[in-house]
Amino acid sequence: MTLATDVLAGKRLTLARLLTLIENEKPEGREALDQLFSHTGKAHLIGVTGPPGSGKSSLVNQLARFFRTAHAGDPAATVAVVAVDPSSPFTGGALLGDRVRMRDLAGDPGVFIRSMAARGALGGLARTTAAVVQALDAAGYDIILIETVGAGQSEVEIARLAHTTLVVEAPGQGDDIQAIKAGILEIADILVINKADRPGADITERALLAMLEFRHPTRGNHHRNAAEVPHEAWTPPVLLTVATQSEGISALVEAIRQHKKFLQDSGEWKTRDRERLQSELDHLIEHTLVSQWRTSLPPRQYQTVLANLTGRLISPYQALDQLLEAQTGLSQNHEYI
Amino acid sequence: MSERKIRVLIAKPGLDGHDRGAKVVAQALRDAGMEIIYTGLRQTPEMIAEAALQEDVDAVGMSILSGAHMVLVPRVIELLHANGQENVHVFVGGIIPPADIPKLLEMGVKAVYGPGTVTGQVVEDLTRAVLPEAET
Repeated sequence: MTLATDVLAGKRLTLARLLTLIENEKPEGREALDQLFSHTGKAHLIGVTGPPGSGKSSLVNQLARFFRTAHAGDPAATVAVVAVDPSSPFTGGALLGDRVRMRDLAGDPGVFIRSMAARGALGGLARTTAAVVQALDAAGYDIILIETVGAGQSEVEIARLAHTTLVVEAPGQGDDIQAIKAGILEIADILVINKADRPGADITERALLAMLEFRHPTRGNHHRNAAEVPHEAWTPPVLLTVATQSEGISALVEAIRQHKKFLQDSGEWKTRDRERLQSELDHLIEHTLVSQWRTSLPPRQYQTVLANLTGRLISPYQALDQLLEAQTGLSQNHEYI
Repeated sequence: MSERKIRVLIAKPGLDGHDRGAKVVAQALRDAGMEIIYTGLRQTPEMIAEAALQEDVDAVGMSILSGAHMVLVPRVIELLHANGQENVHVFVGGIIPPADIPKLLEMGVKAVYGPGTVTGQVVEDLTRAVLPEAET
């Protein structure tokens, strides 16, 4: 039995081990993913992002619980959760605490929760999160909830990975200028104001609704120009929840289902799938080329150029040119030898 | 490629609500470069074993101050074995009477850390136990 066949057969320990191999970028993990890839593309990938303390983990807990139960017409779905937390930039260690808020999901074989450390990647996800999600997709989970680090205003990677992106805010976090800044709010397919029992929820709601009114008509269709935007474009709803009290969850799930339907009816589902895979391919190319280039570069050369740079004898651009020239010289030498 | 990270589950089984010790150990291990999955208070042995499986951890550390260690610890070990995780390094901290320590070690616990333990010792024991293993 190979790793891939065991994962397809539903062996949870093998799946867990495969996720570790993928995170550690081991060749065995890559091989298994190659075999599993044709089984992916079925799950609904839902991203959950927002500032720290806005209640992302509690909301994920409630959403997973809701999806696990059958509701009028909708059968119970199996759910995987990928929760990303930051790694220390100094030691590389990480404290992954999202499970603390997800204890309601314990004991349910239809739920699989995996905590991931960002391992130095910016943008709110780890570099291998997309691959981890693929493995869970191939393993047959219907819904995959992806919770980002939640550090800041530039966590836009999730919009490229997920079909549906939830941006979670809490009352009292910043004024209306925060709401019209570029970035995190623009990626929202659904805006959630969690902790809505707190004072100021109405102000936050008004600010978000006002922002939506001003929004550019092409918004939500990230990289395309207006001509390609489908006729009935999606307007992100603003929903109020109190995750710890399970309030507003069924309305949120309904909005998620409507968004999925919109994606499928408008052809966006396929477009986003293509964009996701393209972005993953591009990341892989960049990562691989840079590391190949680095390994082929003589370490002493790099150190010399760096010393000249820190001595301010050359500028960063000149340093770059010198390193790139050294590289070209090297490959030409190889050709003539 | 990427380096091997030691993944450790830190859990508080049973009903006592004192998690200071668990948090101190979790932070010390984090500062030593490990990835710690922290599950919070009042975990059942079933919850601990399930989290250990999904997270594919190298080690499980349990902090117990309630006196229920002779019931909770063997149950966790039994479940880990049933799930195929015989190689997970299990360690216990908290208030454990000296007479119980040999019994816990007999059950498969690798180390018991009482009050006054230097956190560096936990880091050292864990690194030595986990790293020489097959590289995964």
